[in-house]
Amino acid sequence: MTGEGVVGSAGPRLSRRKLLIGLGVGAAAAPLAGCDAGSPAALKVLEKAEALTKAVQRALVPRTALAVEYPRSAITSYFKPNGSIDPEDPEYVALKQNNFADWKLEVGGLVDRPMKLSLADLRGLPSRSQITRHDCVEGWSCIGQWKGVQLSALLTAAGLKPQARYIAFFCADTLEETIDNTGRYYETIDRIDAFHPQTILAYEMNFAPLPVEHGAPLRLRVERQLGYKMAKYVMRIEAIDGFSGIARGRGGFWEDRGYEWYAGI
Amino acid sequence: MTSISTALPARDAPTGRVVFRHSLLVRVCHWINAGCFVVLLMSGLQIFNADPALTWGRATNFDHPFFSLSATENDNGDPTGGVTTVFRRRFNTTGFLGASVGEDGQLDERGFPSWATLPSYQDLAMGRRWHFFFAWILLFNGLVYFSYLARRHIRDLWPSRADIRAIPRAIVDHARLRFPRGDEALHYNVLQKLAYLSVVVAFPILILAGLTMSPAMDSAFPWLLALFGGRQAARAAHFLLATYLVVFVVVHLVMVVLSGPINNMRSMITGRYRIREIE
Repeated sequence: MTGEGVVGSAGPRLSRRKLLIGLGVGAAAAPLAGCDAGSPAALKVLEKAEALTKAVQRALVPRTALAVEYPRSAITSYFKPNGSIDPEDPEYVALKQNNFADWKLEVGGLVDRPMKLSLADLRGLPSRSQITRHDCVEGWSCIGQWKGVQLSALLTAAGLKPQARYIAFFCADTLEETIDNTGRYYETIDRIDAFHPQTILAYEMNFAPLPVEHGAPLRLRVERQLGYKMAKYVMRIEAIDGFSGIARGRGGFWEDRGYEWYAGI
Repeated sequence: MTSISTALPARDAPTGRVVFRHSLLVRVCHWINAGCFVVLLMSGLQIFNADPALTWGRATNFDHPFFSLSATENDNGDPTGGVTTVFRRRFNTTGFLGASVGEDGQLDERGFPSWATLPSYQDLAMGRRWHFFFAWILLFNGLVYFSYLARRHIRDLWPSRADIRAIPRAIVDHARLRFPRGDEALHYNVLQKLAYLSVVVAFPILILAGLTMSPAMDSAFPWLLALFGGRQAARAAHFLLATYLVVFVVVHLVMVVLSGPINNMRSMITGRYRIREIE
């Protein structure tokens, strides 16, 4: 570059210069050209960061470390509803009209005892209440109270098989109309998050029944990850050993659209 | 490694000796940092565009952010102009902030314009991929810097009492574009010391503010939230510190150009810097 011919003339200097440029500006600028085209090769490299982030955060964060719980006074007057806020899927509309009296949560997949639970059944089980911060991937945060059944209790009752590695949540809402029907919301979490004490299936928000815009009758809370992991309008829970066969195979509605499966950051 | 010590005989140089100013490690770290900064800034603006407003505290104050980028709309819902709001004062920033012309030639509602974001089009998921990948590289680079270079560097940057007293004169000298010559050019001047020192301090705080936005990190290290005054405050701090670094980089580049761009660039590429002697 600018130093050419001023000081050195030897070969190694030139290669050192190349190395510097290659490592520095080049590393940043070269892939920039290809990024807008969404070059799959560049994406493959960039995606490697997710595994590192997950591994390091899982190593740094104790399994049972609790997300901060706030006092009642911290609950925000407005809690932004996002994604689906009033699903138009006929099945859901019918359930909603009857105030979810006919709704039943299915628990199946790799479990010894598949279950079907009504809202009344869930309300009859031991519950956990928590006032937590909801962090959206977009950047905003809201604080609300959630009450529901610990997922760990349900999975223990259903008898989770050892080969079950993930828990999948299938929802009632279609967030995107697609030809291949992959626009139905779903999410997956691993056993670590499934058995975390704050991971609950909430039927109550801010001391009232969960409103439709926030996922009535039941939504998942995974307090140490971003909002898109917390599936709303949950219909069916399935214990699975992998998610490559579901929808577009990346473990969730937003994951299928490029977002990280591990949303701890 | 010694940075400013050995005077080398200058080849075909009529005036001034050439000194070895920056070690290889310094130069490699510098350029990796520079590259990471560009990517992190542009992808960061992409991420910011998903929610182009800032508030203090734990949660978002949707009604009264202290800073926001938005667009005015006509009856059809098409954007007509860009508005930047700072402490409830509104500024028309059409074409740059709030609303700018996209690839289709139309005015789009957009926080930062497409030329400033990575990717250029609206894509939060890809913005995050770029941001976190290069955040790791920046972190590894920072670990190398703080393991091998920072101790000596910070000692060189720490201003002496004489430096502090010389601040007014240094400001006047810089304003007149009178740059150090001779032996004086072998050391950082006080304004350089303060500027570089502030960056050495700002980067780790910026990274901590970024980590405070992680719900997983907050569960293990709740003191992060206390440090910044909440997650949204950390988001604001992350943005404001990045803004400070942009200001630093602009001033840095201007000074590089004004004080001898070829000589300066050479010193950060080959390590060699020519001292202008006092005539």
